[in-house]
Amino acid sequence: MNLTSRSERVSGRIFLIALVVVTLLPFLSMLSAALQPRGTVPTGLAWPSDPQWGNFADAFTAANMGALLKSSMLIVAGVVPIGVLIATMAGFGLGHLRVPGGHIAFGLLLLGLTLPFEAVVTPLYYQMRDLGLLNTRWAIILPLIGLYMPFAVFWMRAHFTNVPRELSEAARVDGSNTWQLFWRVHVPLARPAIASLTILLFLWTWNQFLLAIVMVDDATKRTMAGALGAFQGQWGTDLVLLCAGSLLILTPTLIVFMIFQRQFIKALLQGSVKG
Amino acid sequence: MTSALGSVPAGSGTAPRPGGADPQLPVRPHRKRWGRTARWVGWLWVLPALIMYGVFVLRPLVLTVQYSLYRWNGIGTAQWVGFDNYLTVFTDRDLLKIITNAFVLIIFFSFIPVALGLLVASLVRRITTGPGGTLVRTVLFLPQVIPLVAAGIAWSWVLSSNGLVNQLLRAVGLERITRPWLGEFSTALPSVGVIGTWIMLGLCTILLVTGMSKIDPSLYEAARMDGAGPIREFFAVTLPSLRQEIGVCLTVTVIAALASFDIVYISTSGGPGIQTTVPGLEIYRLAFSQRQVGLASALGVVLMLLVLVCVLPIQRLTRGEKA
Repeated sequence: MNLTSRSERVSGRIFLIALVVVTLLPFLSMLSAALQPRGTVPTGLAWPSDPQWGNFADAFTAANMGALLKSSMLIVAGVVPIGVLIATMAGFGLGHLRVPGGHIAFGLLLLGLTLPFEAVVTPLYYQMRDLGLLNTRWAIILPLIGLYMPFAVFWMRAHFTNVPRELSEAARVDGSNTWQLFWRVHVPLARPAIASLTILLFLWTWNQFLLAIVMVDDATKRTMAGALGAFQGQWGTDLVLLCAGSLLILTPTLIVFMIFQRQFIKALLQGSVKG
Repeated sequence: MTSALGSVPAGSGTAPRPGGADPQLPVRPHRKRWGRTARWVGWLWVLPALIMYGVFVLRPLVLTVQYSLYRWNGIGTAQWVGFDNYLTVFTDRDLLKIITNAFVLIIFFSFIPVALGLLVASLVRRITTGPGGTLVRTVLFLPQVIPLVAAGIAWSWVLSSNGLVNQLLRAVGLERITRPWLGEFSTALPSVGVIGTWIMLGLCTILLVTGMSKIDPSLYEAARMDGAGPIREFFAVTLPSLRQEIGVCLTVTVIAALASFDIVYISTSGGPGIQTTVPGLEIYRLAFSQRQVGLASALGVVLMLLVLVCVLPIQRLTRGEKA
């Protein structure tokens, strides 16, 4: 480290700062457009002389943000707790209890790890139609739980494989059954892995676009990302409002990201490493 | 929980298998009892996840393969056509172009971010742990956190006629080359690619820098002692040590490129012409606008296999050479 030359380190810093600036510019450009007076044609990046913060209020109404937030939360509430719970249970069964033939189940799940959603979205659509669930949030919730299973089980299994087996022996001597063992010993120990998984599933659900536009026509029953697609279709020509609406719609993710920043980054890094 | 933890017998390490709680007791019968029944009962733990996976992934997957052998408009009766749909996928000029587009995107989604990330990583070595480092990390992660749709909208604006890119070009006197970047035949696909670069660059950089900080500094000292310059040092120390991280970056980004949908749908809808259409978008269009469910499914199967064919060698490369 101390052998690295000074000029190298300086150029590294410069690259890093340039990267930060390039990452931020699109957001700033959107913000500057969102603050222009309605009906004007904004240019790339120009701070308006008279920033129209009211545009955000207009966009809030136009995008029906209240309904969208509620819808996204309902979908997340349907997907994340169940997804995390059954993935944790399966990870426990495969990684710790080592059920006989578990490697077959695991192999089947691995198949789905690289599966593009596009490859199954067509039959899923007809499946949902036959179940009469099209245009309901269930048509997004149920497939998402299934589609997350490969990664989620893989993730939790990796955790449970590393838990020392002596732990369960001890609890069994204490007379606990597997159910108690799971809840009293293993779930508390798995908390970091579960937290990361929860964050990732939340993010992926909130940002899910393809399933939302395929399964649900009514934008107010979609995920945030799906609603944004509809918003663009409706207000695509009104750039000022579109930028204001887009910023509004991505604000909730940003807020959650800022709050759980450290865990988020850890989860995303680990998530991509293990995925 | 603490009581259970605290009661782990010190000697249990000598008998690591089930039933080995007390090494003094005969291990066999105890192990057999909960070994046989309880281990089969363990399937109950796996079952809920497997059912959801089976119903909402495996069943549709099998159906996709089945649909791909039929001509079906989604409503009427399906007509068996064998492998005709696959033949179409591999001979139709438009569809071949669409598949090629996905591979072009790999350059922008994978190669450029990994190359730039490596450059930054080998220069920075580690991001400072102070508030500055946290800030850098946070900002570089923003594109990973926001919906891809929002990234698509932001960049459609940045790349439009009045957008930031053209504004900057005008400012430096390059008025001549300003254009609606996403709207012209020659620049549309690379412009979509640039959006992908923007999304992936931060993730790759941070993954690589994190990997970089785990490399033993003495390796570099040894390399310098041997008289290696920065370039040889990069190929002799940095690249081999980061093989796993590079593998991860490539896997994630190649899948994102081949299976891209959101960004293209929002920024260009596949246009102009089919210049930026990717397999994911074409599947959506074929299945839900043109009602060619069979052909859409065949393309879906091909896309799935393409992802596997591209990702498995990367996995083998990073894992095999590590051993």
